[in-house]
Amino acid sequence: MSEIIRIETPLTQEKLKSLKVGDNVLISGAIYTGRDAAHKKMVEALEGGEDLPFAMKDQIIYFVGPTPAKEGQVIGSAGPTTSGRMDAYSPKLIARGLTGMIGKGLRSPDVIEAMKKHGAVYFGAIGGAGALIAKRIVSAEVIAYPELGPEAVRRLVVEDFPVMVIIDHEGNNLYEIGKAQYRRA
Amino acid sequence: MKEIFVEEIISAVENLCIEANYNLGSDIMTGFNQALKDERSPLGREVLERLIENAEIAKAERVPMCQDTGMAVIFVSIGQDLHVVGGGLTEAINEGVRRGYDKGYLRKSVVKDPFERVNTGDNTPAVIHYDIVPGDELHLIAAPKGFGSENMGGLKMCKPSEGLEGAMQFVVDTVDRAGGNPCPPIIVGVGVGGTMEKATFLAKKGLLREVGKHNPEERLADIEKELLNRVNRLGIGPQGFGGVTTALAVNLEVYPTHIAGMPVAVNIGCHATRHKEITLQGRACQ
Repeated sequence: MSEIIRIETPLTQEKLKSLKVGDNVLISGAIYTGRDAAHKKMVEALEGGEDLPFAMKDQIIYFVGPTPAKEGQVIGSAGPTTSGRMDAYSPKLIARGLTGMIGKGLRSPDVIEAMKKHGAVYFGAIGGAGALIAKRIVSAEVIAYPELGPEAVRRLVVEDFPVMVIIDHEGNNLYEIGKAQYRRA
Repeated sequence: MKEIFVEEIISAVENLCIEANYNLGSDIMTGFNQALKDERSPLGREVLERLIENAEIAKAERVPMCQDTGMAVIFVSIGQDLHVVGGGLTEAINEGVRRGYDKGYLRKSVVKDPFERVNTGDNTPAVIHYDIVPGDELHLIAAPKGFGSENMGGLKMCKPSEGLEGAMQFVVDTVDRAGGNPCPPIIVGVGVGGTMEKATFLAKKGLLREVGKHNPEERLADIEKELLNRVNRLGIGPQGFGGVTTALAVNLEVYPTHIAGMPVAVNIGCHATRHKEITLQGRACQ
């Protein structure tokens, strides 16, 4: 088990270049949520020359659509969704300065190319551990597209949010490395 | 002849939706604990520990174990001597889903139209499968299905000449392609035979079986064991981070088919494969 690395947002180029595939990372600070419908809207806004809900530079997007918060909760269960559905949009946001994505599952070659070219990291959170992960979210506020319900863009403040570097800025990929190590097929 | 009032059905469905999302089955918890002993990857073991912790939090705090609380899939077996009174059965089931997803703080993940994609706001309609059976009872299973895993399933209309080996290869390839997307360790439901839609239905039914229970027919149980073995040699591991625990179970269901075909369907369930059931007794007609 590698040592735990703590980072604070914003995720600058300098910080992300120190992260290597397989690193255990605890993120603190503000991050933003977005999934299918929000990504579509953001990219349409970009192409239409409109403002984005937040400036992408050095920011992290968490692919999540939480459950509604019960009374007294900051947010409901909030684990990652499958990142591959954002593959069509992510390269455009990375080109605008996005430096981190948190999700689960495979990414396309186009996304990985954009990450290498512009400098970005893909983190994995444990899929399906929504109750556990919610405990590391300190505050949540909808900042755009409230009509999308669970898919609205939220600004989250997180503390020691546990993730793992799945793909680093050089394109090293834990899914390939890990699988190769244990494959006997 | 007996009868049952729709209110009873509504409240049963409401409870099943909530309980399925808060309480992971003890069979899967047992599967996690066994996998913790067998898993060789340190990262894989760490993931399994987190999954156990997550399920315990969900149960203790009565919150959904996963934010994808699913599209509600309801299996209904209704006795032919039972009369539903006070409204329609389908409406009652959807009302139960509506109330469960509201009161249980579950996510509303259903869009009204697959192209226009506007959220219905109450997680209805459910996908409902009806079966008419002898007797006067109503058996309900709620199996909320998340789409991280649902999206990774597949169907192949195999040629009979491909045989058992061809069918098995399709199952293994489907799991391999899915990688970490469906939140492994997964449950693999496999349906073989019937027609195209029958095979996919059987695959879904496979996900309802308890982890650790094999098909009662020995030759099919042997195929399940062989498939589980092959799937776990793929190296995908918990969350796709590498390891020997890619699946906790492969559950195979078969049905007679046509001389010209061999449909093979694979329905993947995540580590939070949820299902809760209840049998409602009718009462004597008034």
